[in-house]
Amino acid sequence: MPILETIRLEKRFGGITANHDVNLVVEKGARHALIGPNGAGKTTLINMLTGVLKPTAGRIMLEGRDITDVVPHERVRLGMARTFQINQLFLDLTPLESIGLVVSERLGLGADWWRVVGTRSSVTDEIVEVVERFRLTDVMHERTARLPYGKQRLLEIALAFTCRPRVLLLDEPAAGVPEAERHELLATIEALPAEVTVLLIEHDMDLVFSFADRISVLVNGSLFVDGAPEEVARDPRVKAVYLGEELDA
Amino acid sequence: MTVNTLNAKNLAAPAANVSAYLKSRARWSPFEIAFWVFAFATIWLFPGKHLILKDTAILALFALSLDLILGYAGIISLGQAAFFGLAGYFAGLVAKYGIVNEPVVALVLSGVVAAALGFATSFLVLRGSDLTRLMVTLGVSLMLGEVANRYSNITGGADGLQGVDIEPLFGRFRFDLYGHNGYVYCLSVLFVCFVIVRRIVYSPFGLSLRAVKGNPLRAAAIGIPVKWRLVAIYTVSAGIAGIAGALLTQTTAFCSLDVFSLERSADLLLVLIIGGTGYLYGGLIGAVIYKFLQDWIANLTPQYWQFWIGLVLVVLVLIGRDRMRNWIGTVRGAVAGVGVRLLPRSITLGGAAPDGP
Ligand SMILES: Nc1ncnc2c1ncn2[C@@H]1O[C@H](COP(=O)(O)OP(=O)(O)OP(=O)(O)O)[C@@H](O)[C@H]1O
Ligand SMILES: [Mg+2]
Repeated sequence: MPILETIRLEKRFGGITANHDVNLVVEKGARHALIGPNGAGKTTLINMLTGVLKPTAGRIMLEGRDITDVVPHERVRLGMARTFQINQLFLDLTPLESIGLVVSERLGLGADWWRVVGTRSSVTDEIVEVVERFRLTDVMHERTARLPYGKQRLLEIALAFTCRPRVLLLDEPAAGVPEAERHELLATIEALPAEVTVLLIEHDMDLVFSFADRISVLVNGSLFVDGAPEEVARDPRVKAVYLGEELDA
Repeated sequence: MTVNTLNAKNLAAPAANVSAYLKSRARWSPFEIAFWVFAFATIWLFPGKHLILKDTAILALFALSLDLILGYAGIISLGQAAFFGLAGYFAGLVAKYGIVNEPVVALVLSGVVAAALGFATSFLVLRGSDLTRLMVTLGVSLMLGEVANRYSNITGGADGLQGVDIEPLFGRFRFDLYGHNGYVYCLSVLFVCFVIVRRIVYSPFGLSLRAVKGNPLRAAAIGIPVKWRLVAIYTVSAGIAGIAGALLTQTTAFCSLDVFSLERSADLLLVLIIGGTGYLYGGLIGAVIYKFLQDWIANLTPQYWQFWIGLVLVVLVLIGRDRMRNWIGTVRGAVAGVGVRLLPRSITLGGAAPDGP
């Protein structure tokens, strides 16, 4: 049974069809890349998977369970977390507070209204671990709004990691990250436990082919080609429609 | 990975740091301690001012309730008077008909009743934009005012609720005409409520509210049930507004329809504009400035005081906005405990606090 599956998923914005008849299958533990030209509907698909957008038609299954009507925060509890293409951060909080928040929510302490934040060592130990892993130690007491873009990007990804998802959806995580740190970032993603499933949206073909064990190509809102990296790379239609442009450029 | 093993070795020390830092956020700063010592000292320092001080304490508590939803959860409301008024009448009626005689018990019950109304109306308020929220909250309080007017056989209608007889506090301290016991009572209730609110704000729940306010989309994406958090804080806020309303009824032995008025809710926003939001003391400081400004102007020109207070507000908001923001930033820093040392420096820089709100 695939861990994540969409059945004839469709999203329309008025006259625009952003996704049409998408049957995506993501296997457990996969390192799955979702590629496609700008405006192909990749982000829209992620938004539907995470419940930010309601599909116009079709179903979404997570571990065999229909989650089409499950609210976004419940999907996080069910093991699905994401990052955003455009940073969505808590600008008034520090990285320390932001990460601490995610940890305490995950441990079910988020409704605790009496205990002072930071009194549980299980929470603080994990905060330190995450802060160090994502190289945020030196800025952890700064307001997020004041961080340089690269650090904000790391925090964006750290927040999703800290949810400890079983399915992690990454929407162009390396966008805007300096070349030197890109590979490090990907290494952190690759170092996730094998049972964590990753769906990665990325335009950098080098990164995609070094990372993915499966690739889906989305064009004009529909799944175009779907297969192992070698197959996709060989596929003449993909070359024509998508890789061709990329390689020429 | 070598980095990871290194980290593991040093984990204990940073963890202690992080824990200490997080806890230090919630520590009472010298500014706060001084604030409350002075507040209680006014009981002996200004015995002749107890009536206005009592009203100030009630207004401060009322403003605290709005700051809790506006400053910490980003919910704007023009209808806090609904909770103030409902609890005000509730406290008056239970005393009048001798249902609950002990003021403190009646006060708590009034708060619970207001909180119940808050919970029930939260579902209307939480959907929609700021403008919708302003209209819905305003609408709820106007409707309640009209209901109170319609059932004048119970509420006394336009004449107000007469014949309220409040029993002495703890069976001993009668609410006197000069407001002596009333002030001590109101100030103590304000302090207790403040401590509870402060606790809430620095808890994981309080932190999650700030996240919801800052970015509801991301808050949901890290597993925060945004709607329920807002319902919870709106309910608490309503309860506190209700306690303020009940205090007014209990200390004046009277309650009239103007507890539901738009003016009362609007005044509250003014108080927070003066004092600032999101650092707990905005409502308190704002209430002190507002009340004493009002009192001072009313003494100078009894007829036109509203004109002058209007003018002061326009000036405050238009000309003094940046300066005010800096000033609030400084106070906020002081409240957080770090600003105590920054204060002299920011004054020499011409009041420009390094950290805007
Ligand atoms: N909220 C919306 N309202 C209207 N149209 C939208 C909305 N969101 C997306 N679209 C449209 O849907 C199409 C798909 O957009 P989407 O953001 O999913 O593309 P994408 O594959 O993520 O592109 P990129 O690689 O540039 O991020 C685009 O034509 C876009 O203009
Ligand atoms: Mg996109």
